[in-house]
Amino acid sequence: MPADERTPHGLPNVDLPGADTRVDTGTVSLAGIEAGLDALQAPPTRRSPGSRFGNIAAKAVAPLIAVIAVLAVWQTLVWLEVMPIWNLPGPRQVFDALARSARSGQLWTALHTSLQRGILGFLLSVAIGTPLGLLIARVRWVRMAFGPIVTGLMVLPSIAWVPAAIIWFGLSNATVYFVVLMGATPSVINGLVSGVDQVPPLLRRVGRALGAGPLEMTVRIVLPAALPGYVAGLKQGWAFSWRALMAAEIIAVGGAIGFGLGALLQQGRDLANMPLVIATILIILVVGIAIELLCFAPLERAILRRRGLYAETA
Amino acid sequence: MTQPKASATTRSSSDGPIVSAANVTKRFDPRSPLVLDGVDLSVEPGEFVAVLGASGCGKSTLLNILAGLDEATSGEVTAAPSALMFQESALLPWLTAARNVDLALRLRGADSAERRSRTQELLELVKLQDAADKRPHELSGGMRQRVALARALAQERDLLLMDEPFGALDAITRDLLHDELERVWRATGRTIVFVTHNVREAVRLGQRVIMMSSRPGRILREWNVADEDRATLPNKLTYHLREEIARHAGR
Repeated sequence: MPADERTPHGLPNVDLPGADTRVDTGTVSLAGIEAGLDALQAPPTRRSPGSRFGNIAAKAVAPLIAVIAVLAVWQTLVWLEVMPIWNLPGPRQVFDALARSARSGQLWTALHTSLQRGILGFLLSVAIGTPLGLLIARVRWVRMAFGPIVTGLMVLPSIAWVPAAIIWFGLSNATVYFVVLMGATPSVINGLVSGVDQVPPLLRRVGRALGAGPLEMTVRIVLPAALPGYVAGLKQGWAFSWRALMAAEIIAVGGAIGFGLGALLQQGRDLANMPLVIATILIILVVGIAIELLCFAPLERAILRRRGLYAETA
Repeated sequence: MTQPKASATTRSSSDGPIVSAANVTKRFDPRSPLVLDGVDLSVEPGEFVAVLGASGCGKSTLLNILAGLDEATSGEVTAAPSALMFQESALLPWLTAARNVDLALRLRGADSAERRSRTQELLELVKLQDAADKRPHELSGGMRQRVALARALAQERDLLLMDEPFGALDAITRDLLHDELERVWRATGRTIVFVTHNVREAVRLGQRVIMMSSRPGRILREWNVADEDRATLPNKLTYHLREEIARHAGR
């Protein structure tokens, strides 16, 4: 068609200036321009202001205020005598009970027993749940067959396994570990499966384009990409194993079963020692918070920060 | 920039075309409409071919078929093993720039000494040696695409297929990357098939511009850029492209 007419599609008949973007940049080299643009466009590396210690101190203040507020409300309720003092002991009595239990060594025994079981049970469920999760995530028929069962197991409170476990294994550590495993493994599996499901298809396509075989695809692309979901599953798995453990320890007492925090709680109830009951509850809570703060939070932060997904909260 | 294309470095012309597609059709399933309809394409070693088309012309499908990631429904396709670059850089976000390039070398089976030196060389080629230890989120969009280019080059394939690789970049960066890509093309002697919907980009980069129709994708016409007036060619192509797009009005 003739180029010297105004076209029906609204294109003017003038030569567009700069249609050819090849330009003579004179004395400035391409490398120089590019380096300048890189410097302008690269996201600035933001360092949070203040010292590291200052940041930690600032982060500790808010939770501290919350703890003080809770203690204040608690003490107020005690002063108001909403319940008799033997049913609702004050912070002071609870602290005394804690100190007594610590002096007698009972607290440390219980803490040691429970922590050991919780951590060992959790690690076992990671060792079992990880290969199973991978199998369910990667093999279609395995997922169709076992996916719903795993989801069901996750919803089932693991305390429901305690009676059966006692019948099978008696009052032994096997009972405790069985209940912990049934509590934590489904979470580990599910975390890994959903992590794998959320791997962007583009990354798999890249893997294929780069010539990755099935094993390389799994090890180099899918698993690292699924890591955030997997760690979320581990975190939930730990929470479930700690909860399952407490339930098992409260119900299954005596026999060859050692003395854990759950047993300490049960003892407090048997002796109508309310300060000891509350002290034990607080210890169970503190262990949960400590594991989260010392293990999972730093791990999660490191993973997300590497990928640029971590939002620094002011 | 009047030097001849650097074609003879990897293959001699006696090898014949590096890509040859004859009467290629593609349907994603038997009842769905044709995506590609009788596409013929032949690319000589060392050539830089731009494939231009509007949305729905099956450009990406054609590239996937050439890359072996998808199969033609009918027709003959032979293409040399290729490296592929996408609109998104598709870098692995947990690896540094250097490790992303390294991965391509590793999956190719290179040993660790070769990997180290090649990674260094390739990052220098795209002028990112100083960003080797940065992760993708610490890089700008243009820098990420250059890492992706280095990674594609690490595969040591004669054929480089590019699927709108600069489509998501701002105009300044895109112009610079055009210069950059042309330089890399001349330096490495690769054959490039570059898919785009940007007329000027096609004219700027391609020795040949192939225009495709949409729904179904057919090859409409092709232009040899050296035979045309570079200043007016974009206008001409835009006219044809708009004509093709207008054809779909009210369908």
